[in-house]
Amino acid sequence: MRAAFNTAMTGLLMASLSLLCQTVSAQALTTQEQALHVLNRLAYGPRPGDVAAVEKIGIQRYLDEQLHPERIALPGDLQNRLDSLSTYHLNVSQLYGQYGPPSFPPNGASQEEKNAARRRAGDEITPQSHLARLWLATESPRQLQEVMTEFWFNHFNVFEGKDWVRYWTADYEKNAIRPNALGNFRELLGAVAHHPAMLYYLDNWLSSGVNTPGAKGRFKGLNENYAREIMELHTLGVNGGYSQADVIALARILSGWTIDIRDMKEGSDSANFTFNPRRHDNGTKQFLGHTITADGQQEGEHALDMLAQNTATAHFIATELVQYFVADQPDPALVNQLAQRFLSSNGDIKAVLHALFDSPQFWTRKNYQSQFKTPYQYVISSLRASATPVVNGKPVNGVLNQFGMPLYGWLTPEGYKFSQEAWLNPDALLRRINFANGLSNGKSPIARAENTQPSAIVDPVDPLQLMQTLAPMLSQDDVITIANSPANLQVGLILGSPAFMKR
Amino acid sequence: MNRREFIRYAGLAGSGAIVIPIGLSGCAVVPAGKQTAHATDANAPLAYGTPKQRLHADGEGPPRMVVVFLRGAVDGLNVVVPHGDREYYQARPSIAVARPGQPNGAIDLTGYFGLHPALRPLLPYWESGQLAFVHASGSPDNSRSHFEAQDYMETGTPGQHNTRDGWMNRLQAYLPQENSPVQALALGESIPRILSGTQVVANMSTGRDAARPTLIDQPKVSQAFGTLYAGDDALGKAYRDGVAARKELMSELSSSEQRIANNGAPLPNGLAIDTTRLGRLMRSDTRIRLGFLAVGGWDTHTNQGNGAGQLAGRLNPLAVGLATLAQELGPAFNDTVIVVVSEFGRTFRENGNGGTDHGHGNAIWLLGGNVRGHTIYGQWPGLDKNALYEGRDLAITTDFRAVMATLAEKHLRIQDSALQKIFPQYGNGLQHVGQILV
Repeated sequence: MRAAFNTAMTGLLMASLSLLCQTVSAQALTTQEQALHVLNRLAYGPRPGDVAAVEKIGIQRYLDEQLHPERIALPGDLQNRLDSLSTYHLNVSQLYGQYGPPSFPPNGASQEEKNAARRRAGDEITPQSHLARLWLATESPRQLQEVMTEFWFNHFNVFEGKDWVRYWTADYEKNAIRPNALGNFRELLGAVAHHPAMLYYLDNWLSSGVNTPGAKGRFKGLNENYAREIMELHTLGVNGGYSQADVIALARILSGWTIDIRDMKEGSDSANFTFNPRRHDNGTKQFLGHTITADGQQEGEHALDMLAQNTATAHFIATELVQYFVADQPDPALVNQLAQRFLSSNGDIKAVLHALFDSPQFWTRKNYQSQFKTPYQYVISSLRASATPVVNGKPVNGVLNQFGMPLYGWLTPEGYKFSQEAWLNPDALLRRINFANGLSNGKSPIARAENTQPSAIVDPVDPLQLMQTLAPMLSQDDVITIANSPANLQVGLILGSPAFMKR
Repeated sequence: MNRREFIRYAGLAGSGAIVIPIGLSGCAVVPAGKQTAHATDANAPLAYGTPKQRLHADGEGPPRMVVVFLRGAVDGLNVVVPHGDREYYQARPSIAVARPGQPNGAIDLTGYFGLHPALRPLLPYWESGQLAFVHASGSPDNSRSHFEAQDYMETGTPGQHNTRDGWMNRLQAYLPQENSPVQALALGESIPRILSGTQVVANMSTGRDAARPTLIDQPKVSQAFGTLYAGDDALGKAYRDGVAARKELMSELSSSEQRIANNGAPLPNGLAIDTTRLGRLMRSDTRIRLGFLAVGGWDTHTNQGNGAGQLAGRLNPLAVGLATLAQELGPAFNDTVIVVVSEFGRTFRENGNGGTDHGHGNAIWLLGGNVRGHTIYGQWPGLDKNALYEGRDLAITTDFRAVMATLAEKHLRIQDSALQKIFPQYGNGLQHVGQILV
C-alpha cells in the first residue's frame, strides 16, 4: 500500500515539477490551479472529481454557470431530502402557530407551557434548518449561490437563539436571502427589512413613534436598534456619513414596521410583515440631508432606496466582497472599480461579482491559496473533499461551535468576521487537526444517524484519492512528508495540512 | 517637559474632569464628596464611600492582571446604581433598581450609590475593601457602535481605525520576558483584538471539555504535523505556539482537575467553569501574567428588567464567576487585579420597550487583593439634563486609559516611557487615577 501510494505520488509530483523551473510568484496560474482556485472561492472546495470537471468545461463556463444558479438543476436526491424536512416548508405563520408561545397577548399560558414550546422548537425546527443549510453547502451544485447565501446571511445577521428568531431563521434564509443572493441589493435589503426574523431580532417590531395612538404597553416608544444597524452594518458602514440624529430620524421613519401577531396566530399567509399606521410617527424628518414628509410605509421604502443607492453603501459592499473573495487586505483600486459597478448597475450583485471574477487581482498568484479558511469554510470543505455525507447535522454544528462559529449562532448583528486575523490562533489549529483526523476512518458520527453504531464494513477515506481530489494543492515537500507518515495518519495530515487550512 | 510635569499642568484642563494633582503619583480623579452635587434638594448627598484603611498584603509572585470584557455594553447605571438621585427614578420608571430596603432593591454602598442586588456575591469584597468602581468612565470617542467602540477599547486608541494590535499585547512586550508560551492567556475560541500583536498569546477554549486530552496531545501525532508546520509563516508559528501552550496547560490542568475529580466535587456551571480553570492555572503557573475573557449578552434594548429580570439574570452568574476567580486564585489574589470593562454605557432614560439604547459613560470594576476598595472613584457628573452627554447619556469624566495606565504603572510596574507606547495617543495627556491600589 505504501509503495503504491509513493509511486502514484511521484507521478503527481512530476506533473508539477516543471513549474519550479520558473519564478513561481510571478507566474500565471495553471489551468489546474485556476480550477482549484474557483472551487475554493466560488464553492466550498472541491469534491472528488471536481477539479478535473472544471478543467474539462473550462473556467469561463464554470463561472458563467455559477452566476446563473437557475440554470443548474438540484439533484433529485438532494431535493427529496430537503422536501422530507417537515418544518422547512412551513411558512412564518405556520411556524409561529405550531411552535410559538402558546398564547399572545395578554397571556394565559404558564411558564412551563412556554418553556415546553421553546424546547420543542429547539428540538424540531433547529436541527432541520441546520441540516438544510449543511446539505446545500456540501452538495448543491449551485455552490456560488450557497457561498453568497452565507455571505449575505452574515451581512444581515440574525441570531437563532434570540427567542422567536428560532422559528424563522430557516425561512429568512430560504425566502429573504437565498433568492436574492445573486440578485439586486435593494430587493435583498427590502426582503430583509420586511422579514419577521429581522424585525424581531433588532426590535423594530416593538418600535412606535412617540405619543402615537398605538404606542402603548410593550409597544410604547421608539427603539433605535434596527435603524442604527441598517446604516452601520447593512448599508453605509460605520463611517458612512450618518449621525446620531440620522439614527433617530430613521427609527421614526421605520416606526410602525412590525409583525402582526394576531394575523399570524390565525395562520395568515401574508403575515410576515405589517405596517401599523397607528404606531407610525407622521412628523417631518430630516434624514441624511433630505426632508422626509409624512407618507406612511413609503417613507421607509424611500429611505431604503436612498441607502441602497448611496456611494458609501457601494463602497462598503465592494470592500466586503473583495475581502471575502480576494484578500483580507482589500485592494483599493478593485474596491473602487466594484463600487462603481455597483452604482452603475443599480446594485446588481451578479454584475459586481462578474467584474470581480474578471479582475486581474482575483487571478494573481499572490491571492491564490492565500486566505485562511473560516471554521465554516474549513469544516464544509473537509466534508466535501473527504466525501463525508452529512447524515447527522448535530456533530457538525458541535464542531463549528467548538471552533467559535456555530450555525446562525453569532449573537450580535455584525456577524462573523472573514479574516485570518479573526480565526488563526494556536488553539484553533490544533482543534482543526483533531477534527480532520476524526474524518479519516469513515466512522465519523457525522456520516451516520444519531444513536447508531458505525457500520463494520465502512471504508476509510483513501489518502491517495483525497490527494488527487485536492491536486494541485500540496507542495512536493508536503507530499513526501505525508507519504512517509503512518498510513492511519495520512488523511488527517492532508486535511490538517497548512495548505488545506487555506483557500 | 516630562510626562509627570505635563500632567500637573495640562492634565488639569482635561475634558471637564476635576483632576487633582497628588504628589509624584500623577493626578487623581478624586472622589471629593465636598463639592456641590448636581442634585435637587430631594436627592441624597453625593457620596463616594471611604476607602478601607489597610496595609498592602503580600502575594506570592509577580503582579498579574485579568481583563473581563462585557461585550454588548452593560448598563452601568444599573450596575452601580445612583439610588440617591431622584432623576434616576424619573428616567427609568420600569427598569430602575429600587432603593435599598425595597424588594429587589439596590445594596447600599455609599448612601448615594448602590450595587445591583444580583451582584451580591461580590459584596464581601466591597466590605473587605477589595472591590472598587470607577464611575462615569469609558472611551472618549463618541461612537455608539458596539463593534467600533470595542475595537477602540481593545486597541487603546479611540478614534483611530488603523491600529492593528491590542494594548494588552503591547503591554505584554514590557513585562519581564519569561520565555513562556502562556504569559498571556485568553479564554475562548479566538484571540481577541486586545491581545493581538507580536507577542505570543495562548488561548484555550471555554466550557467543560476544554481540558480533555485529544489526538494532537499524542507525541507521535504532534511530531508528524510538526514537519508539515515547520515553515516560518503565520501558520507554522501558530502551530508551534499551540503545541507548546497546550503542553503547559494540559499538565497543569490534568493534575488540578484530577484532584477535584478525586474529591468528587464537580466543576461549577457556566462562567464559573472557566473562571475556576483560569484561577487555578494562574495560581499554579506564575508565568501567566495576563488573562482575558469576554462575556456577552448585555445589549438590553428590550425588557431589561430592574432588580430582577433579564439583566439581573446575567449579572448574577457574572458575579459568581468573578467571586470564583478571586477564590481560586488563592494567595495569588493579592498579586492580581481583575478589571471589568464594557465598550460604552446605555441611555440614561429607559426606551419605549423597557430597555435602554446605546449610550456613553459606564463604570469600570476593579477587584483584587490590593485594590483600595470600598469606594467609587471618578468624578460623578450628575444626571440632570445639562450634565448628560448629548442630552441622553451618562457623561465620561475618566478616560478608561487613565485606569489602565495607572494599573500598568502602579501594579504591573511598567516604565513610564513604555506607557506612551502602550497608549500612544494618550501619552501626552496621560492622567492617572491616583491611589487605587493599597
